[in-house]
Order: sequence, then C-alpha cells, then structure tokens
Amino acid sequence: MADKATVTPPSPDAIGVTAAPPRRSEWRRFARVYFGRRLYLIGFVIVVIIILTAIFAPLLAPYDPIQNDLRGKLQGPSLEHWLGTDQLGRDILSRIIYGTRISLEIGFAAVFSSAIIGALMGLTAAHFGGWVFTLIMRVTDALMALPGIILVLLIAGLGGRGIPVVIFALGFGGVAGMCRMMCGQALSVKQNDYVLAGRAIGMSNWRIMLTQIFPNAFPPLIVGLTMAIGGVVLGEAGLSFLGIGVPAPNPSWGGMVMDGQRYLLDNALLSLAPGVAIMLLVFGFNMVGDGVRDAIDPKLRGVL
Amino acid sequence: MTTYIIRRLIIGVIILLLVTMMVFLFVRLLPGDPLMVFMGNLRGSGQINTMGPEEHDRLMHEYGLDKPIYEQYIKWLGDVFQGHLGKSVGIGQDVGTLIAERLPRTAYIGLILFVITTFGGIFAGIYCALRRGSWIDNTITTIANIGMTVPTFWFGILLIYLFGYKLGWLPLFGWVNPFEDFWGNIRHIILPVASVALGGIAGMARLVRSCMLEVMRADYVRTAWAKGLRERVIVIRHQIKNAMIPVVTVLGGTVGAILGGSVFIETVFSIPGMGRLMTTAIFDYDYQIVQATALIFGGIVIFSNLIVDIAWGWLDPRIRYG
Repeated sequence: MADKATVTPPSPDAIGVTAAPPRRSEWRRFARVYFGRRLYLIGFVIVVIIILTAIFAPLLAPYDPIQNDLRGKLQGPSLEHWLGTDQLGRDILSRIIYGTRISLEIGFAAVFSSAIIGALMGLTAAHFGGWVFTLIMRVTDALMALPGIILVLLIAGLGGRGIPVVIFALGFGGVAGMCRMMCGQALSVKQNDYVLAGRAIGMSNWRIMLTQIFPNAFPPLIVGLTMAIGGVVLGEAGLSFLGIGVPAPNPSWGGMVMDGQRYLLDNALLSLAPGVAIMLLVFGFNMVGDGVRDAIDPKLRGVL
Repeated sequence: MTTYIIRRLIIGVIILLLVTMMVFLFVRLLPGDPLMVFMGNLRGSGQINTMGPEEHDRLMHEYGLDKPIYEQYIKWLGDVFQGHLGKSVGIGQDVGTLIAERLPRTAYIGLILFVITTFGGIFAGIYCALRRGSWIDNTITTIANIGMTVPTFWFGILLIYLFGYKLGWLPLFGWVNPFEDFWGNIRHIILPVASVALGGIAGMARLVRSCMLEVMRADYVRTAWAKGLRERVIVIRHQIKNAMIPVVTVLGGTVGAILGGSVFIETVFSIPGMGRLMTTAIFDYDYQIVQATALIFGGIVIFSNLIVDIAWGWLDPRIRYG
C-alpha cells in the first residue's frame, strides 16, 4: 500500500510534482521501514502511551500520589487499589502514573542539557583541532574513565538533594558521550566542499560551526539522543534507588523499588511493579531509537 | 610496539590525574559542606557541644580545608604517592585499610562477572549469528533486548523475592568469606552475580551477533567459501577472529559497567565491598573515602582500557602505526 506514492503517474503540472513528492516519499519510505517491523511499532506505541500518561496523569490516577493513609497501608491488590498500597498507604498505581512525569521530565531535561553542552564541546574540538581538540578529548576521557553511574552518583551525592541536582548530575554524565559523537560527526562533515565555500566567502569560525557544520552533523545524533533517554531514566531510577535521587514524597520509580525492598513479603508489587514501568519506558525509547536508525541507514537493517 | 605501549601508559596516567582533579573539584566546589555530617556525628557523641562557626573554622584548618584547592590537591597527591590515602572524616579509620579490606570482595565478584559476561555473551552472540532466524536466535535476541532494559537493582530484588523468599533456595543477602566457607560463599554470590550478568550478557550478545553478521557478508568470507574451504575453518579463522576485533574494544567498557553494577548489587545484597563503601561515603560526605574510591575505580577502568589498547594494537597492526 505504501508503495502507491511512487507508482502514481505524474500529473500534468510537472514542475509542481517534481518539487513536492520527493520529500513526501522520503517520509513515506521512512515510515514504511520504521513501521515495517513489529518491535519498532510496539516501541512507538509504548512511547506514545507513556507520554500521554504523563500529560493526563491527574485524570488517570485514581488517588492522590502523595496523600498518606496509614490505616490502609501495605494492602495487597484489590478492586480499590489495583496494585495495592505502599508502607504509607499510598496507592501504588497512582504513584507509578505520576512517576511517569518525573521520569520523563528528568529524562528530557538531562538529555537536552547534555546534548547542548556536549554538542558545543564536540563542535569546538572538531572545528579548531590542535591543542583544543586534545584538551577536550582528554577531558572526555577523564569523564568516561569513571563508570557512568559512579560519576553521576558523585555529582548528585555531593551536590545536595533535589530534582534540579539530579538533572544536572545526569546531564553532566552524558556530556562526554555526546561530545564524542558530535566530534566524530563534525569531523566528517568538515570535509565537505560547502564548508570550504563558507570559508572562501569569509564566514567566521563560529558562523561556519553553527550554520554549516552543526545542522549537517546533528541529524544522525537524534538516534543517540533517543537512546540516551532510556539510559538517563535508568540512571535516575538507580540514583533514587540508592536514596540520592528524587527526594522523598515525590513518586519516583527507583525510590518505590527501594521502599518496597523491605516489604517484599507484605506486598511484593510495591517493588516489582515500578520496575516493570522502568523497563517499558527504556524498551520503548530504545526501540524507537533502533527503528529511526534503521530507517535512516538501511545498511544496518535487521543486523542489530 | 614498545613506544606504542609507553605512549598509551603516559596517556593513561594523565587521564587518571585528570580524574582525581575532577573528583577533587566536585568535593570542593559542589554545594555541600565536607564537615557537616562529621560535626553532626561529633555533636551526637557529645564531643563538642557548640557547632558554632569558630569550631567549624578550627576543623577546616585541622583538615587543611581552608587552604587553596591546588595546595590541597598537591598535598593529597603527594600523600597518595607515599601510599597514604588519608583518614576517614566520618568513621575515623584509615582509608587505605578500609579499601584493602573491601576491594578484594568487589574484585572477586567482578572477576567472576567479567568471565561470565564475556564468554556467555560471545558464545550466545556467535550461536545466534550462525543460526540466524532460528527459534533459539529469536529467543536469545528477545531476551537480550529485554535484558538491556532491566535495572540491575530491580532484577536483584526480583531474584531475592523468587529464590530467597518464595522458593527458599538461596540466602537473601550478606557476604561469606570464600576461604572460610567456600560453598556458603557460592550460595551468597549466585544472586548478585546473576543480577548483573543478565544485562552484561545481553549487551555483549547483541554486539557479538551484529559484528558476526557484518563479517559474514565481507568479501574475504565469500572468497573463502569460493575457495572451497571447510565451513569450520571459515567460521573460526575468518569470521570469529575478525568479528572479535570490535568486541575487544568494548571489554574496557565491560569492566566499567561491572564496577557500576557493583554499586547496586552491594546495596541490594548488603555486600561490604567498594561500591557500598563509596555510596555510604557519598551519603556521609566522607570526602577522603570518596576521593580514594574514585581513584581506585578510575584506575581500574583506565588500566583495563590500557590492556585493551595494547591487545588491539597487537591484533590489528594498523593501530600501532596510526
């Protein structure tokens, strides 16, 4: 069905046709490859559902996520509380639904900030070369020498408590990887003639970087960014699990897993259900990333 | 080759120095007072009654925290070269002794994990690539895709719930010295090892599978088939050998991932190792321990990457002279 666009006979208005369709068929091709594999479709649906859940959390959640009810604590699943209640009597399902907001907020904010800083560093390194390149690369080496979660743990732990600190720490943790990716892309884009042309007409270094190199080096990084969201959400859950992440009354999935560890025999769902939510989110974003990469780069299709 | 190794070694040392500087800056510049928890402890135990600014200043001076950062760093670095990792602010113990006691436990579990993830992942990946599309390939690939998304700590808790509480087969948490009670130790580390291994094997299997599939389409493999070589020879000499080159490069990352995982399993399973030491130190703002553990973690990862670089230069001569 999707092939129809390419088979349609050209309309009399030939100029209009040649101007518009290539772009549309490019999107069609993208969609055909992307939705052609069931896993990617599932990933896409999961991501859409998660985003909708975050937006409409107050409508979907049956209870208040931070209102204690000590008389009804640690109940098992029932018709009133589908997943039961936690150690303070809060409805687990409602907390998971509201937790979507926190996970996505932190995920997007951290990835966005690390993308901007990392991309700037990578661009600078690639564009200026020489000692600037060496310096920036050694700094990223140092950042990457500590295992990711340990670096994030250090910053979040020493930086105090609160959601902004968590975002800062996770964003900082992603800078080095982002910088490397950007630098690699920018180095290859730099070889193009249009960059030389820009120099020939006397564009400044910064202008070449921002108007010539950046727009051409960025699109492949979208895949990396999508994948990074999953990683950051896992990182946030890990921090909150260790008690260094999202502070207490807020519903955070990692924090819920930690709360539940002591009450496994009372209501195991307190620990286990939020973990499933984490996995779904990470799986969804990973699959979307995989799918976009496949659709952009047909060489890799089905290999990874 | 020797110059290559020496050059790598020097770069490694420089990076390790950068890591320690970075951690030093984190401790000094991020908001949070290195002495706050310490003074809280002292007040709790009745050693000082007032927590006034004079007392704070006195302690800052005693620990040398009032000097400029670079001076503190140089002093610390000098101490490290002489083998002194400092004294814990919170628990008052010598950091070197603490680490000597805890590092072997983390290293022991880490080594087991490294062997299991590397070989498990490589075998699974090669098998999947050779039998691409079979039900075993599909099953392993699906498990690998899911395994990549499972949080280590959550999987650990699931395993505790299933095998500890429900089935009662294995102990829930704790640590037993393998030299005193070998089987007891094995029983205690099965669950922690399994919770990190799942993600590790999953990632490795995915990578090996994709590298194998890439190599299987290479021209030299087609040539080998055309020459009429036996399948065994082609698979082992042409495919696996070449597919391993990119796999070797991620082994340094595997070490890092295992160390990162140790933070979680040591918390979930109450294993007194390096990861636990670092987490509690971060909690208590015990900056001497934080600096020392970061030095050790960074050192291990950098050293592993050095080995990988050397192995890579040996496998692929183009790298050495590049």
